[in-house]
Amino acid sequence: MTTRDIVFAAVGAITALSALLSVTTKHVVHSALWLLVSLGSLAGCYLVLGQELVGLVQLLVYVGAIVVLVLFALMLTRAPIGPHAEIDTPAWQRVVGALLGAATTVLLAALLLPLFSGVTVELDGGAPGGTPAIAQAVFGTWVWPFELLSVLLLVALIGAFAVSRLVLRSEDETVTARGEVRR
Amino acid sequence: MIHLQLPAALAALLAGIGVYGVLARRNAVLVLIGVELILNAANLLLVTAGSRTGAPFAAGPVLTLFVITIAAAEICVALAVVLVLFRTTGAIDLTAVPDLTDEPEPEPDPQPDPEPEPDLRGEVRS
Repeated sequence: MTTRDIVFAAVGAITALSALLSVTTKHVVHSALWLLVSLGSLAGCYLVLGQELVGLVQLLVYVGAIVVLVLFALMLTRAPIGPHAEIDTPAWQRVVGALLGAATTVLLAALLLPLFSGVTVELDGGAPGGTPAIAQAVFGTWVWPFELLSVLLLVALIGAFAVSRLVLRSEDETVTARGEVRR
Repeated sequence: MIHLQLPAALAALLAGIGVYGVLARRNAVLVLIGVELILNAANLLLVTAGSRTGAPFAAGPVLTLFVITIAAAEICVALAVVLVLFRTTGAIDLTAVPDLTDEPEPEPDPQPDPEPEPDLRGEVRS
């Protein structure tokens, strides 16, 4: 056990515990806040693994944007404050879900742990890749996927706008149809 | 120096927790939180595998950045769908969705697909 191992175990324990709380808590808003803690400490995991750029992007995009979007969606859908049992599926379904989750964990661990057993990386003298290597790879080898991703973001923006707009119109029509029926 | 078994174990754990979160929640936004956890497990695994010595093209961190971008696009569209679901049905309970969407389907659903375009043109003209 090196120092990095101990630090990673501590940060990883925070990540796993807050992720577990975010999927089990009965408070709707607490779930999003525990997700924030989990994603933030996962950025710490990336830092310990020597990938500063990925950790910072994780903080900016996930913690700064995605969790805020989730919180906005919870507010716009009038999330109840306080413990609420109706956000969970029935007990038998949760038991099945826990079994399937445990099976996923066991399957992945059985596959990955032998793959990484005894593999160590020397990070104390600077990461082997480092940010300059990532920049050169992004704008060299990966430049076309990178450009396609910007198109994907644009399409997602337009798609979200179109989805909310088009279905809103049909919703207005159903409301007027119901109003006519009422009249 | 760091042993890579710990990050791999954490990735497996996060994926399992995410699967439980997707299956055990009825609230649509909370299901999306489970999906985010699964995506983060994939990201952690990419970073872990990419930090091995001799990984070509800096593939681990670069692909992690790509997955983060795709996750942002995904959650953007998914939350738009969730908000539309809330406006049409008044709830985002996923178990109640089929019952509620079947009601407006028989009459209005053939109509709204061709109709919004004439509505748009009419609004623009007026």
